[in-house]
This record gives sequence, structure tokens and C-alpha cells, in this order.
Amino acid sequence: MSENKKIRMQLQCPMPKLDFDVITLGHGSGGVLTNKLLDSGVFDLLSNDILDERHDGAFLELHGKTAFSTDSFLVSPIFFPGGNIGELAVNGTVNDLAMCGANPKYLSLSFIIEEGLPVKEFWDILVAVKFACQKAGVQIVTGDTKVVEKGKGDKIFVNTSGVGPIHPKAKISAKNIAVGDKIIISGNVASHGMAIMSVREGLEFDSEIQSDTTNLNHTILSLIEQFGENIHLLTDPTRGGVATVLKEIAQSSEIGIDLFQKDFPMDEQVASACELLGLDPLYVANEGLFLAFVSESEADSVLATLHEDENGKNARIIGTVVAEHPKQVIMESAIGGKRVISMLPGEQLPRIC
Amino acid sequence: MKYMSEYRDPELAKKYLEEIKNTVSRPWSIMEVCGGQTHSLVKNGIIEMLPDKVTMIHGPGCPVCVTPLNLIDKAVYLAVEKGVILCSFGDMLRVPGSQKSLLEAKAEGADVRILYSPLEAVKIAEDNPHKEVVFFAVGFETTAPANALSVVHAHRRGVKNYSILASHVLVPPAIKAVIDDEESKIDGFLAAGHVCTIMGNTEYHPLSAAYKVPIVVTGFEPLDVLQGILMVIRQLEQSKSEVENQYARIVREEGNPDAQKVIDEVFEVRNQMWRGIGEIPESGYAVREKYADFDATKKYNVTIEEAPENPDCISGQIMKGIKKPFECSQFGKTCKPTNPLGAPMVSSEGACAAYYHFSGLVEA
Ligand code: SF4
Repeated sequence: MSENKKIRMQLQCPMPKLDFDVITLGHGSGGVLTNKLLDSGVFDLLSNDILDERHDGAFLELHGKTAFSTDSFLVSPIFFPGGNIGELAVNGTVNDLAMCGANPKYLSLSFIIEEGLPVKEFWDILVAVKFACQKAGVQIVTGDTKVVEKGKGDKIFVNTSGVGPIHPKAKISAKNIAVGDKIIISGNVASHGMAIMSVREGLEFDSEIQSDTTNLNHTILSLIEQFGENIHLLTDPTRGGVATVLKEIAQSSEIGIDLFQKDFPMDEQVASACELLGLDPLYVANEGLFLAFVSESEADSVLATLHEDENGKNARIIGTVVAEHPKQVIMESAIGGKRVISMLPGEQLPRIC
Repeated sequence: MKYMSEYRDPELAKKYLEEIKNTVSRPWSIMEVCGGQTHSLVKNGIIEMLPDKVTMIHGPGCPVCVTPLNLIDKAVYLAVEKGVILCSFGDMLRVPGSQKSLLEAKAEGADVRILYSPLEAVKIAEDNPHKEVVFFAVGFETTAPANALSVVHAHRRGVKNYSILASHVLVPPAIKAVIDDEESKIDGFLAAGHVCTIMGNTEYHPLSAAYKVPIVVTGFEPLDVLQGILMVIRQLEQSKSEVENQYARIVREEGNPDAQKVIDEVFEVRNQMWRGIGEIPESGYAVREKYADFDATKKYNVTIEEAPENPDCISGQIMKGIKKPFECSQFGKTCKPTNPLGAPMVSSEGACAAYYHFSGLVEA
């Protein structure tokens, strides 16, 4: 928990003095209250030349091939060990862009707030947004705030969209995957999902599991810089987990994938928590994790490079692309048996016993 | 974790497999009673690793799967029509009732909540004094102590708006029913380790003696299951029929007397309907008269007509081990985890779903 406390402490940017404690419907009206809310420090906190123009849209200069991505974030609880919905929203879109081989530059930030959200919590989220942007090196250049009636939302929903130019050496496409490619995972699986579970109402088990939310753009771009077109595909296994993403790739690009359970890096606490709840870690959500399909010849060098990076110190090769069994993902279990990996049919629900 | 990895050691697994191969001289059919073991078998690819002479048969061991259709309809009715806060364990929510599942009821606006402990439901009742809270209490003997405790707890604290819709199933009578079924030919059983943690092994001795079958109380890790299988085969090869305890690191002969006491305080044994199988004598728990106020069946006295099961679904035969999931004409065609026709395709513990997910028979 100490790590978690540290992060929360960091977020204690001085809160603006306000004459309201909670967000009300009026704060989304577009009128006086909206301005009061935004002028209370939101613009100051996220300030940059483009945002400071305070126009309806942002004026950007982009050159060359550009990636564009959007994502909405609904997480409950909005504060969890290792982060909050604010940094999740920044990191999520930053990472989606990075997976395209892009250098994320500009983000939009929109909130749908449920009436009654304490301003203190809104502020904590904003501060987390600011720090995440700083770390990733991106700017919030436009945004929006709406407020919905109590009961019509779940505290706060955040949407971010972002753009960034594609790195000239990036040749990321599922079409480039070839037989023999190694599949590298950048770190431990299932941490984010289990961190959320550990604080979910009704479950709340004692643990120090932290979400792995972080921005991966610097890590990815340096890999691309170094290994160029040997990086065939990048993907972040968020919802649905590693299993679902790999199965999707196998199916859409008609390749076969062999995985080895014994090679999956996983934190002990996360493994125990999954066991306890009857959840398969392969299907649990991740945030600061990516999978890379890398040409066989360069796989070891990529791995070594990753090990030097904070975001890749636990990286491992977990599988291989094979010609046999196209469209199928087959995992060799820890004891040497084989099982087919399929997609999650719905939400993964804890088992009864 | 070390604890877990010890029971997943590939070298030891190989040794057990070798020993199984060396021991088995003719075909044997072994039933793992518990869904957790089915899961472990398929998830770890054990079935394919076993010699051809050993056939594993997946028993009725998923309490979610065998919860009667009618009771699910009742739960849905309570949530939708009576407006109660209906709480249950996660995997119960997806099981189809005759009209809809609890998950669908939730999507339509009913207050259905996924909980991990029935005590949490009592707390919800205390926090919502103007609402009725019903906990759909499903499970084997394993979950019974906690469910019973919630009733005792609510009673002590004077919580009047809490009750449980009980659908407990008991393992030993199910084993007996499976053996009694003329069509099922099972030579030995792996009994569910976690059930015995609570109830002990004593109930299995008369069964094993009367029917001359080996019963090995077994855990859930891949090595547990392999060792359990080996122990059953050894007995069979030596014409023995005893109760053995593979899971001795957790299970004591007498079980957990405290847990048994709270079960006995709240529940009495009754005949129980098992979905897909039918009524099994003395195979379930009913809430005792003393706690009738906490018994949702009595409190709401809902009568809902028994709906017919999908006629194409052969789940009864699956759960008694007479047929394998892929012998069902609907398996993987009309019946998939996203659209289950019968209960064993719903819960991840269910035999059909376990096969669907892990064996790859229906994969593209
Ligand atoms: S595959 Fe579906 S229809 Fe067939 S027995 Fe299993 S649940 Fe019933």
C-alpha cells in the first residue's frame, strides 16, 4: 500500500478555493457555473498554448502520416490502487496511439460527470490527468464537460481522443506477421484487473496489487527507432486480456499461435488473487502492458532492450507464430498438456467455489 | 504461490502420468464429481495426456448448473416483479431461466448485484431498510456455512428485510444417484476436496463399501487431480474399494465441526431437484422452521409454473456421465457459451462450457 499512498500524496496539488463542494447539474449547463468550474483552475492546470486559445476546437500542425484514436473510460471505483480514472484515460489513448507506431501529441479530454461528484475528487482526477500528460509528453488541447442527473451515470466517465504522427521507421501491420515470429509480453499480466477487483465493493481483499497503468509511448518509440520493421505488430491487451487479443489476431490474420504457460510473467499476489476468485489471469484486463510480434532473428535483442526499460523489466517471450493450426491459439499448460485458447464469451465472472 | 507452483510441477506431472500408464491394464471410467476438477482437467490439458484406457467422466459437480430452472425463474420474478435487491454469486447470473437470466433482468433495470459473500448481502439489507434483500444461496456444502452464517447474523442483528433463496446441493447423495443410474458405468470417483474440507470423509465410507467403488477425495491443482486418478486406478487394479484422501494437506477425516454446526443450526436436509437430473433424495438443504422469516421461499410464497427444459439439451445425460458434451447434437452449433441452451454450457464449471472453451473441438 505504501506505493499507493505515495502516488496519492503526489496528487495533492493545492485545490482551488471554491464556493461549491460537489458538481451540480448547473456545472454542465454551459452558463455561469460551467465557466466558474472551468475557470476555477482547470485551464490553469492543463495550460498550454493551444488550449489557452480557448477556441471551440484546437488548431494543430501535423506532418506526414498520422494516427488518430479514441477511447472512453468507465471504471468503478474511479480511484484504485495505483491510479485513478484520470491517468487511465490519458494513458489509454496514448498507448493506443503508440501501438500504431505513432508519437502521441495532442489529446482531447471530455467528462460526463454525475451530479453530486465531490469537486475534490474531480480535482484529483484532473491532477492525475496533468501528471500523466507530462509523463507521456502530450498536451490536452480541447475538451468538454457535461453533467448528468444523479443515477444516470457512475460518478464520472472520461473520454480521450488523440493524434500523433507515425514514426517513419514504423511498419506495424498484422499483414507483416510471419511464421517464426516471437511474441513478447512487456511485463506481468492481470495486475490492473485484479487491482480493481481488490477494491470492488463486496470483494475488498487485502492486497498490495497495483494497477499497471502507465504510458508506453517512450518505450515503444525507442523500440521502433532501434528495430524498425522487425517489429511486426504491437497491441495492448486491455479488456479481455492477453487471451482475447491473441485469439483475435490469430483469427483475423489466419496464423497459428503457440503459447507456453510457464513463460507468462505474473506477480505472486496477482496469481493468488486470481486463483481465489476462480479467474483466469489470461482474460483479466491490463493497462500498462503490450504484446509485440517480432521477427525471430531480432527477438532476443528486443527482449534485452526491453529489460533495460522500466516498462519492460519483466518482459518475456511467451509464444511463437506457427504454420500449423491456423486461426488457433494453443497453450501448453505448466504441466505440459495442451489447451485451446478462445475468446471470452462475456464478462468474466468470479466462480462460485 | 510457492504452494501453488508445487502442485504444477511438470516433472512430477510426468512421473504421475508415467505411473498411471504403468498401472492401468484395462479400461476404466472415473468420474470427477466436481466442476472445479473438470475445469482443472481441461484447462491443463490433462485429458489428452491420459492413456486411452482411462476415461474421465464429468459429473454433476457444478452447483450453478444444477440449480432448478424454476428457482431461477423465481429469483428473476423476485427481482423484476417484487423489486427486491437480488444478490448472488457471479456465475449464477448468466444461467438462463425459462424467460431470461438474472443478467438480462439486471440489464432491464432490476437491482441484481454480484456479491462474493452473503454477509455482504446482510450489510446491503441494513443499509437499505426500506428494500427487501434476497440472497440466492447456491452451492455445495462448501458455501453452505457462509450462507447459514448470514442468516444467523441477520437474525442476531434483528435484520428483518433479509432472506435467502436456498438451492444447496449435496455431493454424497449425488454420487449415490449416479451409481444407481443403470446407464452410467463408472468404476471410481474423485470426490470434491473442498466439500470434504467442511463435511469430512465419513459420508463416503458407507457408499464406497455398499457399492464397492473406490472414492478418492481429491484437490484441484493439476497434480492433485493426477494423483487422485492414480490412486483410484491403483485401487481398481487391485480390486479394492476404499475411501482415500489425496487432499490430506487440507481435508481432515472429521471435516470442520464449527462449519457443520452452523449448517445444522440453519439448514435441514431435504429432497432436492437437480436441473437436468431430477429429484435426488436427501440431496439439498432447506432453511429450518426456526428461521422461516429468512427463507425467501416461505416469505414470498411465489408460485411459478414449472417450465419445460429445452428438449434438444441432453444435459442430464452429460451430468450423469452417460454422454460426453460433443455427443450432444447442439454442442457448439446452436449451443455456445454466448447462447447456452442448457445449464452445463453456462458456468465455466459446467462440463459443456469447459469442453467448449478448452478442448477446441468447435474452434474454427
Ligand atoms: S451442449 Fe448445450 S444443449 Fe447440449 S447438453 Fe450441453 S448444454 Fe445441453
